[in-house]
Amino acid sequence: MAIKGNLSEFTLTQLLNLINLAQKSGTLVVEGSNEAVEVFFTNGKLAYAQNEQEDSSLVGILHKSKLLSSSQYQGIKANGNGMSDKELGLLLINANYFSQQDILSSLQSHFVDVVNRLFTWMEGMFQFKTDISPPEDKITVRVNLENIILEGSRQIQELEHLEEEIPSLEIGVKFVDRPGANVSNLRLSSEEWQVIPYVDPKNTIRQIAQVTNLSDLEIRQVVYSLVQAGIVEMVRTVSSEGTPPPSRLPDPIAKGTKEEGKSLIFRIIDRIRSL
Amino acid sequence: MQTLKMVVTGPFNAGKTEFIQSVSEIDVVSTERKISSEIERIKETTTVAMDFGRISIDNEMVLYLFGTPGQKRFDFMWEILSEGMLGFVVIVDSTRPETFREARKILETFRAYAPTPYVVAANKQDCEDAWEIDDMRIALRLNPEIKLLECVATRKDSVKTVLLELLYSILAELETIDLQLTY
Repeated sequence: MAIKGNLSEFTLTQLLNLINLAQKSGTLVVEGSNEAVEVFFTNGKLAYAQNEQEDSSLVGILHKSKLLSSSQYQGIKANGNGMSDKELGLLLINANYFSQQDILSSLQSHFVDVVNRLFTWMEGMFQFKTDISPPEDKITVRVNLENIILEGSRQIQELEHLEEEIPSLEIGVKFVDRPGANVSNLRLSSEEWQVIPYVDPKNTIRQIAQVTNLSDLEIRQVVYSLVQAGIVEMVRTVSSEGTPPPSRLPDPIAKGTKEEGKSLIFRIIDRIRSL
Repeated sequence: MQTLKMVVTGPFNAGKTEFIQSVSEIDVVSTERKISSEIERIKETTTVAMDFGRISIDNEMVLYLFGTPGQKRFDFMWEILSEGMLGFVVIVDSTRPETFREARKILETFRAYAPTPYVVAANKQDCEDAWEIDDMRIALRLNPEIKLLECVATRKDSVKTVLLELLYSILAELETIDLQLTY
């Protein structure tokens, strides 16, 4: 009989503990508000995982791991002729592009990442079906669940802390008027730089997360670190659900009349001259 | 508060960070890290993501200057940065002709992302081995109507001139649109 429920009542930690202790084999399907994840287990170990929204093919995972360039990725995609992951893996190993270890490490890292992100889902319908194996053409791994559960628990604690600091994702962020004295010594991550162009009081944090493909935990981490660095501050926003996706810094000339555009440019010219 | 954006781009080590720093009212926010690549070991650190500086225009408007990453491997950031920009400045190191081809490629890439006005700034014109502007125009294959300006990115007046020329180009383009509409 399948195990069914909602993550809000039976957490992922509890589910993984059950699968680990009972050495279960099967598939866990979790459906969130707009994405679904499938995780396969063999004898209580993580074997395979995929998020329906992502490219879970071997070539996609190697590209995401930066082992393949974009042009290599597109080339293989175009010329792969329906080659399965196992066939492609063998081809790449035999051609000495990668070692078996390279490929297995990338897959393992990707699968663990898929499961780790599931820990940030506070709700979602799940179903565990026993004795369903991963697709035949996919390469599987064997990862112990203990460390994944520990890491997941740590993430949940971090998320709880961040939820206290940033209680709602429906607020906006703006650049502070006077950044701290040490901004020139900052080290920003690529995720933080991804968010910077969207910093605008009109954009909610949730909208920024959607457009940058960051999870709730990740966007909270980024916003919290930018706030801590003294670059941005949180503000109330006029945006609400149902509003269009966020824009980057807008092109005001495109939005206004020509005369308004000229007037705006003259104001900037006057200011630059006075510097 | 209205926010506007200009992009400062150009090859690695062309002087983008200095350019922004010269006119920004805040310390330029930038990421710098040690470089390992042989080719890029010209300076100790390089911009790996982007810089940004700020100029308050008045109480209602802020202009941000975004500097793009200098290295090819960060070109995925360029499209993100180019969206919604008023215009862009391509900085070229006048003393390093080996980077001219790269500068040309970057210019074409940005033009493809957004056909907004731009100017080219020939930086380090105070150096003895800087190329003459006319020679650079030929090497960069720039048409006569494209503004190629002498620049020393560490000098505020020089940077102001480049930004003003870009703004005049934006104005000129607006005038052109008017003419097209009234034709």
